[in-house]
Amino acid sequence: MSERQAEPEALTMATPTVVAEDTEKGERSLKGLYVVTFFLGIGIWTLSAVLSRNALIPTPIDVVASFAELIADGTLWGHTVTSLSRVTTGFLLGVALAIPAGFLMGWYWLARGLLEPWIQFFRTIPPLALIPLVIVILGIGETAKIYVIFLAAFLSCVLATFQGVRNVDITLINAARVLGAKDFTIFTRVVIPASTPFIFVGMRVALGASWATLVASELIAAPTGLGRMMQQAAQFLQTDRIVVGIIMIGALGFIMDRLLLLAERRLTRWQETR
Amino acid sequence: MPLISIKDVTKIYNTERGRTVSLDNVSLDVEQGEFITLVGPSGCGKSTMLNLVGGLLMPTSGQVLVNDEPVTGPGPDRGVIFQQYALFPWLTAQENVEFGLRLQKVPKKERAERAMHYLSLVGLQDFANALPKELSGGMKQRAAIARAYAVHPSVLLMDEPFGALDALTRVQMQDDLLETWQKEKRTVVFITHDVDEAVYLASRVVVMSPRPGRISEIIDVPLAYPRGEEIRLSPEFAEIRARVWRGVHHHE
Repeated sequence: MSERQAEPEALTMATPTVVAEDTEKGERSLKGLYVVTFFLGIGIWTLSAVLSRNALIPTPIDVVASFAELIADGTLWGHTVTSLSRVTTGFLLGVALAIPAGFLMGWYWLARGLLEPWIQFFRTIPPLALIPLVIVILGIGETAKIYVIFLAAFLSCVLATFQGVRNVDITLINAARVLGAKDFTIFTRVVIPASTPFIFVGMRVALGASWATLVASELIAAPTGLGRMMQQAAQFLQTDRIVVGIIMIGALGFIMDRLLLLAERRLTRWQETR
Repeated sequence: MPLISIKDVTKIYNTERGRTVSLDNVSLDVEQGEFITLVGPSGCGKSTMLNLVGGLLMPTSGQVLVNDEPVTGPGPDRGVIFQQYALFPWLTAQENVEFGLRLQKVPKKERAERAMHYLSLVGLQDFANALPKELSGGMKQRAAIARAYAVHPSVLLMDEPFGALDALTRVQMQDDLLETWQKEKRTVVFITHDVDEAVYLASRVVVMSPRPGRISEIIDVPLAYPRGEEIRLSPEFAEIRARVWRGVHHHE
């Protein structure tokens, strides 16, 4: 009996690390660890690149050199701007349509009935699967790429918004009604603020989906963009350039996600659970 | 003329599991300035009755009149205070109190003054800029009371407002509510399942019984306001409390 109890006790012994993270000291040492693991990662990368004796596996130094070269000749900047503008346009269009559509679905029975089956169906198709069709119809120009990104962003965001509206606490709606609010006011002053946390979750998922779709669509067919740059480099076996592309995509995605998170923290500071 | 008049009201819910008679031919008149408590076990239809007066529900048959007008929906003449406080979490205490005033297009300056007046009335003047998450349960409910008061309703409907609070806070809130009520008299209909609370607050206790929901007894509480500890511990109080207790626990 006592031996059986030993196990859960051992488990609880392990939990204090979680508590420690909450303290200021714990947080500081955590940040220290982030720096340590960064250099550790770079070290392992260098070591394995050197030890592999394979010229196709670039060392961090190769990548930095290639990075400098691409900045110097201006190509990296050009590709980045193209990719960024594609992602931003597609993402913003998708989100701009998804939010009102999600609201309509959550608020009006008619809109839900008409839209939900389509959205649920298309949601299961990876947007990439639509690329061949889109290329045939819209060509390989900007419209095709933005369209696919738009679709990816829209589908990720619309259901989150819809869920947000469905989850609005009915007591809050009743509280507004007894204070004299009519439908429109309830919508603008209660439903919209109450569903912002959900919308932000949807937007962050949409951003991730937008990046994934962008890179894939550029890899398949594009005259410019980070995906194109990587594709080109692959043909010349310039793996260092490919890694530059990978890091750029990661860094840009990370920055955009953090910006959204910052906006979310600002706008939903009122939330109980934080 | 009574301020609230509930006439032969029946409310039936049709659910998947069949028909539930929540209120069975109930009638009740509430006079201007009265403090009524509705007490009874769960399922006796007390919340339904409150929501019918509030206009959040419509009767299956019968009529609910407030100020001689049939109730057709919710309105700012009937303030509701919910057990879960129902403060808008993205608004500060003051903005919450101003919510109803904004809807009535009260100018900004007057809005702020009125909000501060009612926040002071419930003792929250120093927490005007606090968000609900920064307030304790009791403070949240005070803010909700201030919000209901601010739109100047003639009726305050309170649905187990202190149900989620601990026993000590609860007693404090009862005293504070009576104090607020005496400063600014409103007609109050207050739901509770706590017999002590029902007797302590009310000028009249309406005892209800379940399945189907009916009024089983109406007990007058002839104790003078202001009430305090002496009243709470008096033999008269104990006697009325015993009658209400029997009414709640031993109805056939």
